Amino acid sequence: MNFETAGYSLQPILPELVLVIGAMLLLMLGAYRGQRTTGLVTTLAVVLLVATGALVLMLPAGKLVTFGGSFIVDDFARFLKVLALIGSAVTLVLSAEIMANPTRRMFEYSILVLLSSAGMMLLISAGDLIMLYLGLELMSLALYVVAASNREDAKSNEAGMKYFILGALSSGMLLYGASLIYGFTGTVQFAGIAAAAKDGNIGLVFGLVFLLAGLCFKVSAVPFHMWTPDVYEGAPTPVTAFFASAPKVAGLAIFTRVTLTAFPGIVPQWQQIVVFVAIASMALGSFAAIGQKNIKRLMAYSAIGHIGFALVGLSAGTVEGAQGVIVYISIYVAMTLGAFSVILAMRRNGLHVENISDFAGLSRTNPLLAFFFAMLLFSMAGIPPLAGFFAKFYVFMAAIKAGLFALAVIGVVTSVVGAYYYLAIIKVMYFDEPAPGIDRVRLELRGVLAIAGLFNMLFFIYPAPLVNAATAAAKSLF
Amino acid sequence: MSMPVLFFYLYAGAAIAAAVMVVFARNPVHSALFLILVFVNAAGMFVLMGAEFLAMILIVVYVGAVAVLFLFVIMMLDVDFSRLREGFLEYLPFGLLIGFIFLAELLLLAGGWVITPTVTKTITAPIPAGVSNTEALGLVLYTRYIHYFQISGMILLVAMIGAIVLTLRHKKSVKRQNIAEQNARTKEAAMAIRQVKPGQGLSDSDAAEWVR
Repeated sequence: MNFETAGYSLQPILPELVLVIGAMLLLMLGAYRGQRTTGLVTTLAVVLLVATGALVLMLPAGKLVTFGGSFIVDDFARFLKVLALIGSAVTLVLSAEIMANPTRRMFEYSILVLLSSAGMMLLISAGDLIMLYLGLELMSLALYVVAASNREDAKSNEAGMKYFILGALSSGMLLYGASLIYGFTGTVQFAGIAAAAKDGNIGLVFGLVFLLAGLCFKVSAVPFHMWTPDVYEGAPTPVTAFFASAPKVAGLAIFTRVTLTAFPGIVPQWQQIVVFVAIASMALGSFAAIGQKNIKRLMAYSAIGHIGFALVGLSAGTVEGAQGVIVYISIYVAMTLGAFSVILAMRRNGLHVENISDFAGLSRTNPLLAFFFAMLLFSMAGIPPLAGFFAKFYVFMAAIKAGLFALAVIGVVTSVVGAYYYLAIIKVMYFDEPAPGIDRVRLELRGVLAIAGLFNMLFFIYPAPLVNAATAAAKSLF
Repeated sequence: MSMPVLFFYLYAGAAIAAAVMVVFARNPVHSALFLILVFVNAAGMFVLMGAEFLAMILIVVYVGAVAVLFLFVIMMLDVDFSRLREGFLEYLPFGLLIGFIFLAELLLLAGGWVITPTVTKTITAPIPAGVSNTEALGLVLYTRYIHYFQISGMILLVAMIGAIVLTLRHKKSVKRQNIAEQNARTKEAAMAIRQVKPGQGLSDSDAAEWVR
């Protein structure tokens, strides 16, 4: 029997191949040379992620499809892959110091981040339901392990366990949905589903609901957000920074790709689901964060809220909406990585402090750090002319253009409520009695904070490159 | 009623009954055994559908490995399952509510069962004539679906790394076998030959050396 190799070019998947083979080589290095290579493995892992990103950008232009349509590289995939890789690389830089600490060092952390990133790239490029599931599992399985990576800490173990069990449950729902969709359309390919799903058959809609439930879990959208605060708080801080950045990019990417390319024929059916999820996430993210004392829990609720805002763009179901999602998630990654570099910098006598009260009077003990953190918080609250304002602007404009006025109004109201808790931190930093000073901030944290902070402050001067790239990426989905 | 239909109802009914018993059996070992019964019945249904490879895999992997592993874990861990069940009645109304919602949804689903005309064309992937089910799977698994196969391998690699990262502990007190060291021992290092005089035995100094 002859096998057609025509549709099976390896070129589009080259960056992923380089990434996984590199990860396996680094694994060998660490396994044979022992934990003393942790620093070297981490450095090489960052280099590998950067090289993979460069390879993604060097792929020929246009839409590349391989493996019989189950792997798609278009402008959307390129943009979000590079963004996810940046997120992973920066979190590795942020965690370099802690993971190289002689008592806790662990080269496997970098390897797991690399393999998780490979899963994200497959997820972003997925062209059918099987690839979606495999990418999702490759990404998540590594995340469960890194959540529990601090074995001596009961909270870290709890975080890993909780994430794993709830993640397995959500995978089950996603698979149930996928099997219903396959049953009612007869194909797993997004293009085929789109062709078969024109009439909004009720069985198909049920499948869609379960599929979206599974995806909502991965991006921690309400009502599947319950794991987020506990996992964010329990996991080691660099791991939390990782959870908050790259996997969210991949999750939102596949959310967008599935809804827009597999179900363009039944927009009204999924639109109401996404609108509900967006409203619930924005509201919960804003209100539940108010009472938080721990900065990592607060960041968890903040992440839930931000995902809600990003989904506002998606619910429009238009090119502008997809563009809004892409711009939002890009700016969100920059804000989050900056904020986590501040949280990682908060150390007294070598120990991390995580309470909001520990930020008291930071403006007097470390004015530059306080200033940058304040700018990032203003940006998260969506105050012009910072980047966060433009992120919200694009998604709300898309919602208004699509006629979703109520959604846009609720979004603006919840963003005002959300501003309260961001401003509360700034008040603690600038007007409360100073707590004891913090340790000297490490160079790489300063570097990340400076880049993220300046990006947020200066985005309004020259937004064109990001916005144009996002527009091109969004157009490639339609 | 034709034979396949009869057997379908037999397998399906037994599978559902066994699944119920998995949940309600008091003894966890019985639960695990009922789980094996569910798997065997599901395998029977696969055979009815003409998917004999999946049926055998289900028996080999799930019954042979997974369920037996379950049994081992249940027997080795001293878990008091009756205490774990204490909240059972408390949560029963809520559980029943969710169950009814799911049932209603499934009935709705069954009511809305209309197969799209295009489905019948795409749903049956062409199985070449004269090729058995297992052979057909083998023909596509390493060719057309090689990427799925490889990515599954990556997932298993992650699982392996994860298991090692989370459970392997190097303890100083554990004595490990070092085969290279054992092989490198010479006769001189390991043995001492003494001329033992009759009626005297080894002297204390010799004995001390011997013990060492």
